Amino acid sequence: MTVNLTINGQKIQAETGQTVLQAARAVGIHIPVLCEHPALPPDGACRICLVEIEKQRGLQPACTFPATEGLVISTHSPRVMDSRKFTLELLISDHPLDCMTCEATGDCTLQDLAYEYGVKDSRYQGKQHNYPLDASNPFIQVERNKCILCRRCVRACSHINGVEAISVFYRGFNAYIGFGADGRMQDSSCEFCGSCVAVCPTGALWPKMSIGKGRPWQVEKVDTICSYCGVGCKLSLHIRDNQIIRVEGANGPANHGWTCVKGRFGYDYVHHPDRVLTPRVRRYLLEGVKKPENRESRIENSKGGTNLDSLVSNFWDWVETDWDTALNIVAEKLRTKRDTHGPDSIGVLTSAKCTNEENYLMNKFARQVIGTNNIDHCARL
Amino acid sequence: MNTNPQSFGYAQDGSTIRNPQSFEPVLTRNIHRPDSEKIATYLAHGGYAAVKLALTKTADELIDMVKRSGLRGRGGAGFPAGVKWGFIPKDAAQKFVAVNTDEGEPGTFKDREIVERDPHQVIEGVIIAAYAVGASRAYVYIRGEFFLGVKRWIKAIADAYEHGFLGENILGTGFNLDMSVHRGAGAYICGEETAMLESLEGKRGNPRLKPPYPAQIGLFGLPTLVHNIETLACIPHIILRGPEWFAGIGTAESRGPKIFSVSGHVNRPGNYELPLGITLREIIYEHSGGIRGGRELKAVIPGGASTPMLTADQIDVPMAYETLKAAGSELGTGAIVVLDETTCMVETARRLTKFFAHETCGRCTPCRIGSQRLYETLDRIERGQGTMDDIDRALELADGIDGITFCPMGAMLVNPARSAINHFRAEFEYHIQNKRCSVKI
Ligand SMILES: Cc1cc2nc3c(=O)[nH]c(=O)nc-3n(C[C@H](O)[C@H](O)[C@H](O)COP(=O)(O)O)c2cc1C
Ligand code: SF4
Ligand code: SF4
Ligand code: FES
Repeated sequence: MTVNLTINGQKIQAETGQTVLQAARAVGIHIPVLCEHPALPPDGACRICLVEIEKQRGLQPACTFPATEGLVISTHSPRVMDSRKFTLELLISDHPLDCMTCEATGDCTLQDLAYEYGVKDSRYQGKQHNYPLDASNPFIQVERNKCILCRRCVRACSHINGVEAISVFYRGFNAYIGFGADGRMQDSSCEFCGSCVAVCPTGALWPKMSIGKGRPWQVEKVDTICSYCGVGCKLSLHIRDNQIIRVEGANGPANHGWTCVKGRFGYDYVHHPDRVLTPRVRRYLLEGVKKPENRESRIENSKGGTNLDSLVSNFWDWVETDWDTALNIVAEKLRTKRDTHGPDSIGVLTSAKCTNEENYLMNKFARQVIGTNNIDHCARL
Repeated sequence: MNTNPQSFGYAQDGSTIRNPQSFEPVLTRNIHRPDSEKIATYLAHGGYAAVKLALTKTADELIDMVKRSGLRGRGGAGFPAGVKWGFIPKDAAQKFVAVNTDEGEPGTFKDREIVERDPHQVIEGVIIAAYAVGASRAYVYIRGEFFLGVKRWIKAIADAYEHGFLGENILGTGFNLDMSVHRGAGAYICGEETAMLESLEGKRGNPRLKPPYPAQIGLFGLPTLVHNIETLACIPHIILRGPEWFAGIGTAESRGPKIFSVSGHVNRPGNYELPLGITLREIIYEHSGGIRGGRELKAVIPGGASTPMLTADQIDVPMAYETLKAAGSELGTGAIVVLDETTCMVETARRLTKFFAHETCGRCTPCRIGSQRLYETLDRIERGQGTMDDIDRALELADGIDGITFCPMGAMLVNPARSAINHFRAEFEYHIQNKRCSVKI
C-alpha cells in the first residue's frame, strides 16, 4: 500500500512501513543522519535527522517516524536547522577536533555535518573526555574520545555479526562504548570482522593496518572478489602507490557490503615477499627421475658432466618453472595412474575457496575426464 | 544528631503519613494500624473484598468502571488508566502487568510508604487489573534501595499466594495470576516504563522507542499494562465504592484522592492524602503547618523535581493536572518541595540539574551532553565564575534540549534550571556580578 506525504512542498508517495527517512531517500531528498545506517535497525540516538512535521509537538526523528498518510514534513526549516546546529555543537564540545591529523578526515560524517551546517566551534564548553587509546586488538584501534555514541558499532556487532562484543557502559555523559565485560577489545568475544569499523561514522574505530597510509582522496578504489572462500564477497581495495592500504566490503550480491576478518584485514599476503607467484615442482619430477626414497640423496650426474646446481641440490627441492611444464607433469601423472590402476583409483577433493563455477568444472573433470564418481568437497568434511 | 521523629514531622509509628481530620483517607486508611503490612490486618479491615467483587464482573465492566472513575496515572504522566486498559489487545495469548515501584523522582516518597505499610492494597489492584486485561503474570519492579519495601513485597506476595489470591484458580474462578518481585539497580531512568521493561528483561535500562507502546509490545514482546503503585492502589476502592464516588472527588480533569509528598521548609513534612484540586496554599499552610520558623515562602516545586517551580504568589493554584499545566508546571508525582526565603535558587537549580545529568541514560545527544553542559554552566554561576552570557547559555541549552530528545527525560531535566532562571533571574545575575549569593548571609 502507498501513502501520500508532502516533503518540503513536494508531494511524494511512500510504501506503508517505510520511515520518513526512507521515503525521503527514495525520492532523493537529503536528510542528514549520524546514528542511522541503512543495514541496521534504527536507534534514534543522535537526533540529527529531526524534521518538522505538521501537527506534531516537538521535532521528530525521520529515521524512526513512520511515513503515514497526509504527513506534511519540512526537512530544513529554520527550527530544524537550529536544532541540528545545536546538537552538532554539543557533539563537538566533547570531541578532539584534531581533524588535521585524524585518520578519518574526509571519511567522517561528523566532519561532513559540521561543514554542511557551518559549525566551527561550540558555544557550550565544558568537560571533555580523555580516554586512553585501546590498541590491544590486532586489527582495530579504539579511540573513545572520538566516539559520538551513535551505537552503530553495537548494532553491527549484534545484528550483522551476531557476536555482541560491544555494548554501552555507564550512564549519561560518562557512557562509553566498551567490550566484553568492560575490558580491552582484544579480550572480548570480538571476531575481528571489522563490521563496527565499517559503520563507525567517525575516527573512533579505525583499521590499524591503515593508520598513516593515506587519505581517502589519495586512494584508487578497485573492486574485486575476495579470494579466500567461495562465498565470493565483493571487496573494494583502496590502493595507493600500487599498494593495498585498506580493504572495505563492497555491495555485492553475496555480501551486501559486509565481509569477514579475512576479506577485510587478511590482505598483507598480497604484497608479501614470501608469496609464491610462479608454479614450482619437485626437482625429481623436472629431471624425470624416479622418486628417491632418501630425502637427502644427491642428484647423480647421469649425463657424466658436472652440474654444480645438481651437485648441491636435493631431489626434493622446489624448482620454479612455467605453468605449461607444471600442468603437463600433473596431467601426465594422472593419466598414468588412471591407465594403470583404473579411474576409481583417483579421487578429487575440491575446495571451499573455489567459486561455484570452479567446483562445477572440477565435477565435470572428475566424472567426464577422469571417469570417476570419487568427488567431494572440503566443506563436507 | 536529632533522633526525635516528631521534629522531622513524622508520626510516632515512623510513618510519613500525616492525614488531616477533614478528609477521609482511602489509600492510607490502614497505614497507622499496628502491623498494617500484614495480610491478617488487611483482611480484618475489609481487605480483598474488592477482588472478590471484581472477579464476579466481566473484564469490559471493570475497564468501563475505571474509565468512568476518571483515574489518571500517578506515576507522573497522568495518562487515563481506563483508556490504557482498553489499549491492551483482547486476543493476545499472553499478557503482563508491570508494577512500577521505582520511585526515583526527588521529593517523592509516597510509593515507598504504600509498599512498606500497605502492600496488599496494591496486590489487590494488580489482581483486578490483570483480570480486566487478561494478564496471567505480574512483575513488580522496585527501586533497589528500598530494602524494607523489597521484603514487604516478597512477604505480601507469598501471603497472598497462601490465601489463594494469587496462583492458580484464584478464589475458584478459574483465573490464574503469578506475581514476582524484581529489584532495580539504582537508576532513575529505570522508572521510565520502557526502560523498566528493558531492565526487567535483564538488559541495560535504556528507554525504548515509542510507539509501539507497552500496551502493544511490552515485556518480552508481549502486551503489558504498566502502572505506578499509587494508581493500582486506587483500583480496589473504585471497585468497592464505585467509579462515581471516585469521580466525585477532585476537579473536572483530575479525579480522586492523591497522596502528596510534602518536603522542604515546612513545619510538618510528610505524605498527605488529600483530594485532587486542593490548593497548594492549603497543603502548605493548613496541612503542613506553614513555613518553618515563620519565614517567607519563596518557591514551590509542585510535582517532583522535574516539574517547573512556581513562585510564592502562584500558590493559590489547585493541585490538579489541568490547573498546574495552565500555571506553567505539572502535577507530576504530586511531590511538593517547599523552598523558603533562605534558599539559593542558583544552588537549587545547580543541584537538581546535577542529579538529572547524573541520571540520564546517555542514549541521545542532547540529553547526554546537554545536561552536562547545563550543569556545568549553573555550576560556574554558583561558584561565582559565571558571566552574564552564561545565563543565556543556560536558557539556550534548556530550550535546545527540550522537545528533541528520545524520551521525556530531556524535557524534564531542563525544568529546574529554566524555571529558576525565569522566576529568579536577578539572583543569577547577583551571583555573577558579586561572586557570591544574595541569600546566604
Ligand atoms: C524519566 C522518567 C522517570 C520515571 N520514573 C517513574 C517512577 O520512578 N515511578 C513511576 O511510577 N513512574 C515513573 N515514570 C512514569 C512511567 O514512565 C509511567 O508513565 C508510569 O509508570 C505509568 O504508570 P501510571 O499510568 O500508573 O502513572 C517515569 C517517567 C520518566 C520519563
Ligand atoms: S565507536 Fe563509532 S560506531 Fe561505535 S558508537 Fe562510537 S562513533 Fe558510533
Ligand atoms: S532523553 Fe535522556 S534519558 Fe531519554 S533516551 Fe535520551 S539520553 Fe536517555
Ligand atoms: S539518524 Fe535519526 S536519530 Fe540519529
